[in-house]
Amino acid sequence: MDTNKNSYTIIYATIMVVIVALMLAFVSGALKDKQTTNVKLDKKKQILTSLNINLAGQDAEALYDKIITGGLVINSKAEVLSNSKEKAFEIDINKELAKPLEKRELPVYIASIDGKTKYIVSLRGAGLWGPIWGYLALNDDKNTVYGAFFSHASETPGLGAEIAQKGFQSEFIGKKIMNSENKFVSIAVVKNGQTAEGMDYVDGISGGTITSKGVDAMLMNCIGQYETFLQQPSITGGVQK
Amino acid sequence: MSKLFSAKTKEVFLGPLSKNNPIGVQVLGICSALAVTAKLEPAIVMGLSVTIIVAFSNVIISLLRNTIPNRIRIIVQLVVVAALVTVVSEFLKAFAYDVSVQLSVYIGLIITNCILMGRLEAFAMSNKPWESFVDGLGNGFGYAVVLIIVAFFRELLGSGTLYGIRIIPQAVYDAGYMNNGLMLMPPMALIILACVIWIHRAKNKDLQEK
Repeated sequence: MDTNKNSYTIIYATIMVVIVALMLAFVSGALKDKQTTNVKLDKKKQILTSLNINLAGQDAEALYDKIITGGLVINSKAEVLSNSKEKAFEIDINKELAKPLEKRELPVYIASIDGKTKYIVSLRGAGLWGPIWGYLALNDDKNTVYGAFFSHASETPGLGAEIAQKGFQSEFIGKKIMNSENKFVSIAVVKNGQTAEGMDYVDGISGGTITSKGVDAMLMNCIGQYETFLQQPSITGGVQK
Repeated sequence: MSKLFSAKTKEVFLGPLSKNNPIGVQVLGICSALAVTAKLEPAIVMGLSVTIIVAFSNVIISLLRNTIPNRIRIIVQLVVVAALVTVVSEFLKAFAYDVSVQLSVYIGLIITNCILMGRLEAFAMSNKPWESFVDGLGNGFGYAVVLIIVAFFRELLGSGTLYGIRIIPQAVYDAGYMNNGLMLMPPMALIILACVIWIHRAKNKDLQEK
């Protein structure tokens, strides 16, 4: 057969594209459920990691059900929209950030560790190459950081990607997000050796300056949304509707 | 078996590991050698993924080689590679989620690896499926070996770890030793790669240009 004819080329290309498209659609469809489960399980693992829990060799699913005792969906005025754990889990913070501040639905996860309540807020921002995100767990004073978790889509390994390492995340433990007048000031991520006036700070990553700045901005923007909620000790997620 | 591993097939497999190494001698696939070699683990997974994809795309193109219209052959090759890369990436997401998160963009970037197009165009288009498969494996391993050598030095000297495990003891740091941050930058990958090529050529005199 003459494989150089125009008609042959066009038919060949058409058939090839259709076959490949069908195959990819099939693979994607067949694996969809497994992937969604993985993504959900991964989110649970991330939330648990923010509570300084070592997940190695543990059943994250069962642990999540045990430790995370509740959830809240609030808006920026700290009005509780729902106190369902499942609803809070379903929220995609990335979609919420695209809405105007008043319309955002913000998740708060409530954990109980050794009888003490911890509040976990969801973070999302931009690094150097792509999105970065994380979870910040606060003690029941809604001020002191109990633990932090950060991850990223495509930061440079060894540089910006170090934000996903324990070493960087554990620097946040014990830092306060409010200043002495109970005003929200966030936690600064500064270059090694520098300091920040009037607020708690941690050392950024050498060689990962833009990613470090991204974490700094993410903390400012995302915890800022929760400001009213965090300043009101009375909203605990127990009974209010 | 003797037919499967004839002298020619053996040469097809072993050639790319040394004398005809895709990175060291043909200087292909340099881009990813810079990007994924800061740590050992992504380098190994990347090497394996590329090996699988080169081997199977070689087989597919080799099977189709007599039907592919000459004028769109590059496009056909690209579609086959892109489809395989997508499938591998989907499978990783479903069955090895943690690894796929770690590798993030690298898997998608396999499509742009020059070794793939090079092997498809130079070998699979004119050889039988079995030889093409072996050629893909050989080139994939040849690529992986260089990646692992470069990643070994970069992770050891740049982070003091290997495969995420601390190798250089704390006492050495206390004595004033510091990790070489430059090792984590892409330029150092080029310099290490150049050293690898230098040693390789010094050992194999026949590779040296007159």
